[in-house]
Amino acid sequence: MARAVTTQRKIVFTAIAWIIGLAIFFPILWTILTSFKTEATAISDPPVFFNFDWTLENYAIVQERSDYMRYLWNSVVLAVGSTFFGIIIAVPAAWSMAFVPGKRTKDVLMWMLSTKMLPAVGVLYPIRLILIEMNILDSKGALIFILMMINLPIIIWMLYTYFREIPGEILEAARMDGATLKDEILYVLTPMAIPGIASTVLLNIILAWNEAFWTLTLTTVDAAPLTAFIASYSSPEGLFYAKLSAASTMAIAPILILGWFSQKQLVRGLTFGAVK
Amino acid sequence: MATQHSRSAARLMMSPAVFLLLVWMLVPLIMTLWFSTLDYRPMRGTFDCCEGLGNYTRFVTSSAFLDSVVATLQLVGGVLVITVVGGILLAILLDQPIWGQGVVRILVIAPFFVMPTVSALVWKNMFMNPVNGLFAHLFKGLGLQPVDWLSQYPMFSIILIVSWQWLPFATLILLTAIQSLDSEQLEAAEMDGAGPLSRFGHITLPHLARSITVVVLIQTIFLLSIFAEIYVTTSGAFGTRTLTYLVYQRVIESQNVGLGSAGGIIAVILANIVALVLMRVVGKNLDA
Repeated sequence: MARAVTTQRKIVFTAIAWIIGLAIFFPILWTILTSFKTEATAISDPPVFFNFDWTLENYAIVQERSDYMRYLWNSVVLAVGSTFFGIIIAVPAAWSMAFVPGKRTKDVLMWMLSTKMLPAVGVLYPIRLILIEMNILDSKGALIFILMMINLPIIIWMLYTYFREIPGEILEAARMDGATLKDEILYVLTPMAIPGIASTVLLNIILAWNEAFWTLTLTTVDAAPLTAFIASYSSPEGLFYAKLSAASTMAIAPILILGWFSQKQLVRGLTFGAVK
Repeated sequence: MATQHSRSAARLMMSPAVFLLLVWMLVPLIMTLWFSTLDYRPMRGTFDCCEGLGNYTRFVTSSAFLDSVVATLQLVGGVLVITVVGGILLAILLDQPIWGQGVVRILVIAPFFVMPTVSALVWKNMFMNPVNGLFAHLFKGLGLQPVDWLSQYPMFSIILIVSWQWLPFATLILLTAIQSLDSEQLEAAEMDGAGPLSRFGHITLPHLARSITVVVLIQTIFLLSIFAEIYVTTSGAFGTRTLTYLVYQRVIESQNVGLGSAGGIIAVILANIVALVLMRVVGKNLDA
């Protein structure tokens, strides 16, 4: 009897969970489906779900007309570039704070976190002005630097929480065996730190890819990534649902896939280690 | 254990990050502070000293400021209520034994990875458009008058879009917290005759309190600077001009840098109040 109730319960909860899950996912599914329709089918009433003539022409048209590849390339360069330099700067910092903590370490970490709280709009004009004066407005280099800076506190925090989980006894054992600082870093710490660094890289690429304040306000053509490319579809003449969907699908697909791999790191990274 | 040698090495390893963050934070902030005391309108060529606090009083006393504060509170408050309540319910649901839990989890989390401009445009055109949107089709199918969501209920629509993006975040964090709840405690309470509601109120909710605080504070930080969703949907029209958007319009669109900078400093101060609370909560974790 009890068993039957449990199974029944499980069926009910499974049904509810799937319905809600699919409802939440629906806008993404609908976008992907629409990207394979013709413009006429895309706005047909009643809407069609699966039984239409699937076509790839929207993808071809988007690529041809709007030079999609250039924006994609910019997104890749900005996300990977800012992550790469961020990691190079953050690893030594997080490392030293995790393994050689001083009296001030906690304050330094808190202060770094506080820079993340600064509303971007409060410093938008000065940054724009500096870039204009240096003649690097709308350049990839400047955007890489800015994206690196806005995510640097998160990178350092995430790495710090990972590094702190590496037991100190291992280091002491290595030292007793006569390992130098260099040996210690290269052969003991690095192999243990790699999973943490990999998760940090993953989350940071996602954050940089989707960043839409600085990329919208500081780029026009040369450095514009996919966020800006998609925003250009908001003008009335760009109102073609199938093409909008194709462009959107291409813009989100890579990061959806990366994101699914990083669910757990997401929690830790975005709560600055407060929830693990 | 740490020697003098390793201490100075540690300081050296930290210095690039500390230096960069210091420059990144201070230089633009000081410039904004300076501009906020000037009559600085590049289009008219004015760059005149000594407005004192004039820009601040002008910014705060304009009706646009009060409206923007109301809009900001509506947006942040609305999204917080929807995502926290929805997140708790979803987390409890996903914590139940169900078939295909992993897949459902992926479906629920997916919106978080959609870039803001994409989600705003997809919702705006393909769902909320009064002629061709899915909601319009649905309303017509039910014999109702289609609604022009973004002009009739602009703030509600934006809250809906932003909530859709942030619900996964709340769910994921609360789910992580719920899974760390000791199930024996719940079973014991059940044996003692506690119903589902009182089990939730007395065990689950107190256990989640800290995570809920974290969700509220972190989302507040991000929600205060929501930009892209407003930019591509209403551009700040129809009462959706938040403080962030108002400052953006002042400094970039109307090029009144002095006035906008004063607004920027006010935004910084407000965000810092939230930040102080957040840092306390996160800081506790460091001692643990």
